[in-house]
Amino acid sequence: MDKMPAWADAVLVPLISLILAALLSALVIIGIGEDPIAAFQLMVDGALMRSSGWGYTLYYATNFIFTGLAVAIAFHARLFNIGGEGQAMIGGLGVALACLYIPWPNWYVALVGATVSAALFGALWALIPAYLQAKRGSHIVITTIMFNFIAAAVLNYVLVNLLRPQGAMDPATARFPEATHLPTFQDMFSTAAEPMFRGAPANVTFFLAVLACFLVWLLIWRTRLGYEIRAFGFSESGAKYAGISPVKITVVAMLISGGLAGMMALNTTMGEAERLVMNATEGAGFIGIAVALMGRSHPLGVLLAALLFGFLYQGGAELALWTNIPRELIVVIQALVILFTGALDNMVRMPLERTFLAFRKPARPDGRSAQSGPAE
Amino acid sequence: MDFLTLIQVLDSTVRLATPLLLACLAGLFSERAGIFDIGLEGKMLAAAFFSAAVASITGDVWMGLGAGILASIALSVVHGLASITFRGNQLISGVAINFLAAGLTVLIAQDWFSQGGRTPSLIGAGRFEPVILPGAETLAGVPLLGPIYSELISGHSILVYFGFLMVPLTWWLLYRTRFGLRLRAVGEAPEAVDTAGISVVGLRYMAVGICGILCGVAGAYLATALQAGFVKDMTAGRGFIALAALIFAKWRPWYALYACLLFGLLQAVALRYQNIDLGVFVVPVQVMDALPYILTVVILAGFVGKAIPPRAGGEPYVKER
Repeated sequence: MDKMPAWADAVLVPLISLILAALLSALVIIGIGEDPIAAFQLMVDGALMRSSGWGYTLYYATNFIFTGLAVAIAFHARLFNIGGEGQAMIGGLGVALACLYIPWPNWYVALVGATVSAALFGALWALIPAYLQAKRGSHIVITTIMFNFIAAAVLNYVLVNLLRPQGAMDPATARFPEATHLPTFQDMFSTAAEPMFRGAPANVTFFLAVLACFLVWLLIWRTRLGYEIRAFGFSESGAKYAGISPVKITVVAMLISGGLAGMMALNTTMGEAERLVMNATEGAGFIGIAVALMGRSHPLGVLLAALLFGFLYQGGAELALWTNIPRELIVVIQALVILFTGALDNMVRMPLERTFLAFRKPARPDGRSAQSGPAE
Repeated sequence: MDFLTLIQVLDSTVRLATPLLLACLAGLFSERAGIFDIGLEGKMLAAAFFSAAVASITGDVWMGLGAGILASIALSVVHGLASITFRGNQLISGVAINFLAAGLTVLIAQDWFSQGGRTPSLIGAGRFEPVILPGAETLAGVPLLGPIYSELISGHSILVYFGFLMVPLTWWLLYRTRFGLRLRAVGEAPEAVDTAGISVVGLRYMAVGICGILCGVAGAYLATALQAGFVKDMTAGRGFIALAALIFAKWRPWYALYACLLFGLLQAVALRYQNIDLGVFVVPVQVMDALPYILTVVILAGFVGKAIPPRAGGEPYVKER
């Protein structure tokens, strides 16, 4: 009874948080002596008004969909997987090994193989923290942070000492063979008369990401395992009482999470760079946290939030190109979004809840408030 | 390895361990009071920038130190608001603070100095100079003890001595004062502290504030003593190594010192030697980089002693009605 309607919690709270974050970001832009409205227009022009801008926006969004889903699925089991970055790095290793050492006949077979390899590597990197959390009670946040750093060291070692081609200076693998190159949006949508998405890195993995959204939705709300994951997230003791094994759910949820994070590398490594470089993840593992928080851990929300962050990333690059505003503005916006939607959401929710309750008609004598419907 | 090289490695161990130690003790205060803090990195970074910026504008390193501490405290207040007042998720708040600092420092640095996100190099009084302890020059000639005293013990910046002094001070504060007892209690059983009529919120804010001050000193040390000026992302994961050291030390001050010295030694060795040839096999530099994190995971896994965090850590306290 004394709760606000579900739609307000799902839509209004994140929306107000987002507006707060946007207002503060505008203040930051004013603070460094630039015009926030002009900056926003520049971002829209650069990211959404041309097909090549969309090509970049969707490319970034692809990364964020994967990492956002990774964080979201762990959230459903009340696990905070902060290690998406490391899992994506190791996932990149999986992509590189699959592309370099297996002679694929064509790109779609290669994509299937590389997807399996990326997911496997990412999942394996999440396995140890998951196991330690489930069996030894080691805090998963700390272990996944540590595994991010360990992943960076591992990748550094592998790239410098093992996979770097003879005579090359920069720590990166050789280029992947021609057969593994994925079609970009430019290849797919351009007609002879009208070139589309020219030079943009968006590629076929975007559709894979959208498919992943659907599959995650299916898993969480339409399967037994998803139900168990959510039950475990609601109440560990309740789930245990219902015969759900905490060890199994923790490990399985983290494996799926790590696998999704690892699949992010398909987009950057196989789709864009066509070789594995040192900093292939570009911080997308952490942006996944903001995306999952904003999307309320719902696949559709994650998709929308990922598109928003894709827009911010591409728009931020445009700003850095044309104005004095460095790309780090996006990091600030990202921080504010995480802060308001993740840590300070009670600051928004509490007053909103009070407002809703104030507008509610007084309770009837039989104890039911006039407005409450069967949905509550 | 000859004696002089050993002294030099240990000397740089002390230098590199200091920021870890300060940040580690900062985290100790916060986490002992039940507030998890993975935003140590961000607070250090903000302090590093503001201390270097103010020191380069005013030419006075003490003003810089003050500005650094204030910046770090400001972020602590954000963390306190999120995790104490609004009972939000402390881990998410810490993540947000890290990004906020990483973004804002570069943004403001670019706006103020237009040098690609760095501050001008600090010179003269804008930097903490090494303190030469009395008799260091005259005793340098004495075999064995001379170099140890003049190279290893003397000749560090004042913040190094402050950091090492903070260890017994922290121990005394936590284990020998009423404030310390309450602080530890609020991290284990806040309801008991509340029943005794002591403000849980007040104590936790105080702990978070101390954490801010110490992170501020750590950041200022990085930018004005260890190096001469701020560069983008100069903390380079030190906040997380400090966090690792805190777990490694099982949230105890003296062990924090040992853990930070160990991790400082690893950094010093990695800095001096790229790959270490043990004769049988070669230890690559990446192993040295990853070792603090690997050791922490091993400790957390409970294979070598069990690290048990404060019981009420990470949980917002809701007063009973």
